[in-house]
Amino acid sequence: MKDKILIASGQGFWGDLIDAPYKQVTEGEVDYLVMDYLAEVTMSILQKQMNKNPMLGYAADIPDLMKRILPVCWDKNIKIITNGGGVNPTACAEAVMEVAKSLGIENIKVAVVIGDNILDRINEIVDSGCMLNNMETGEPVTIIKDKMLSANVYFGALPIAEALKEGADIVITGRTTDTGLTLAPMIYEFNWDVQDYNLMAAGTVAGHILECGGQASGGNFLGDWESIEMANIGFPIAEAYPDGTVIITKHNSLGGKVSFETVAEQLVYEIGDPEEYITPDCVADFTSIKLEDLGNNRVKVFNVAGKPETNMFKVSCSYAKGYSATGSLTYSWPQALTKAKAADKILRKRLEYLGLNLEEIRTEYVGYNSCHGPLSYTPDEDKINEIVMKVSVRSDDYASVERFGKEIAPLILTGPPSVTGFAGGRPKPSSVVAYWPALIPKNLVFPEVKIMEYSI
Amino acid sequence: MKKRLLDIAHGRSGDKGNAANIGIIAYDQKGYELLQKHLTIERMKNHFEGICFGKIERFELPNLKALNFLLHDTLGGGGTVSLKHDAQGKTLAAALLRMEIDIDESF
Repeated sequence: MKDKILIASGQGFWGDLIDAPYKQVTEGEVDYLVMDYLAEVTMSILQKQMNKNPMLGYAADIPDLMKRILPVCWDKNIKIITNGGGVNPTACAEAVMEVAKSLGIENIKVAVVIGDNILDRINEIVDSGCMLNNMETGEPVTIIKDKMLSANVYFGALPIAEALKEGADIVITGRTTDTGLTLAPMIYEFNWDVQDYNLMAAGTVAGHILECGGQASGGNFLGDWESIEMANIGFPIAEAYPDGTVIITKHNSLGGKVSFETVAEQLVYEIGDPEEYITPDCVADFTSIKLEDLGNNRVKVFNVAGKPETNMFKVSCSYAKGYSATGSLTYSWPQALTKAKAADKILRKRLEYLGLNLEEIRTEYVGYNSCHGPLSYTPDEDKINEIVMKVSVRSDDYASVERFGKEIAPLILTGPPSVTGFAGGRPKPSSVVAYWPALIPKNLVFPEVKIMEYSI
Repeated sequence: MKKRLLDIAHGRSGDKGNAANIGIIAYDQKGYELLQKHLTIERMKNHFEGICFGKIERFELPNLKALNFLLHDTLGGGGTVSLKHDAQGKTLAAALLRMEIDIDESF
């Protein structure tokens, strides 16, 4: 058994720094690379792609990324775990194996974790009595069933640990909790008893710290951010020990900062009741966590307590909810705010004359109060240099949203003066995809681990 | 004497559905005791009037010298549905740090 393992975060979300995974595996010692590609509604985009082409449905960046990092990872025996498989982990794995073959890397073992996609099973599940009620509103899923675009269960660490036990070098999953990606290698390497909930919680906490990439190593830091070298930021690495102690660190050669404060900020990010951090693997108590700053960008995370997991999985569904569009114009001094407000009034009158069917219209003044609303300072207008008027609309009626998009540019010639900042043509309607979180009894869902076979 | 929370704490905010979560972390133990004392739900409701339209939940994480708040009905429908510029509430931790509290001279 290893005396410690180094788990590196490679991506906090699909759209994160492209080079981060490459730097993690080349700038220092690493045993595992874990990458998260799935935001709440990413699955709906991937599902649409797969509906059009059965060979798609996974994070498109992955094959190119693998071309870059597979030689290094194979050479250094670095294992890769990612949920970038989306709604088609099998196709993703096949693409990765093609890349491996083209690089002359024989015998790499790629595993997929599937069974999370329950889009085709919704009727069966509802008929069996599970209404997949919205966790926030309590409404039954039947009200949006016809507009549903994706439905995926959040699996945890166990299927990934199973894949690692079967010798996988690369594990590609569908929907999995980010925390599970980091906990799984610890379960596998240290032979953890999955009912030792303090250990499960320790790995879960490490996963929460890693899951947003650079946000734990100096990014988006409301403390002393100015002193941090950001351009070449090193993403966080969890140096994990068999007793559940984890040291959060980063490669010395890269920028960023790991301190009590940077780690603490990530710990309080996107949590509800800290005593009840619920995952498929355990319920972690974030109030038990102790941090010790060891200096030199090393922070020890210890004392983590956990309780047994629930008997439910969380499900993330998405559904179509109309269209939206956004237009903006910039008004300079003098009277920047007065002019922006006047332009908004003119625009709304025109939209009213047109009889457009818009469910919501929202105007915000960027540079004035779009972030902090009523808490914003109200300076003497003569001191305001410029204001961006930003108008957004949402409606089930595509034509109305499209017509709104044609009403922005005319304001340049038929509205208040000294206006600019209009580029990119008419704002086009984009599909709004809404999120429907629900719970499903664990005994209704069947995770499956498959080792991919090479086709001769 | 009045002090802005910005001078004694840092933090981070994010989204949980249509609720915003704000974590606020004191730089030292004295600062944490001030946060515990002054950041009542009532005080938070007043501060975020016009921003938060639902209930506020309050939690303590003493080991981290931190408080966590859930501000319900704050994000205009949440995530992808909201038309708000800051649809995910990422600037709300900073909005909290604007708050001024009364502290005695011995601080």
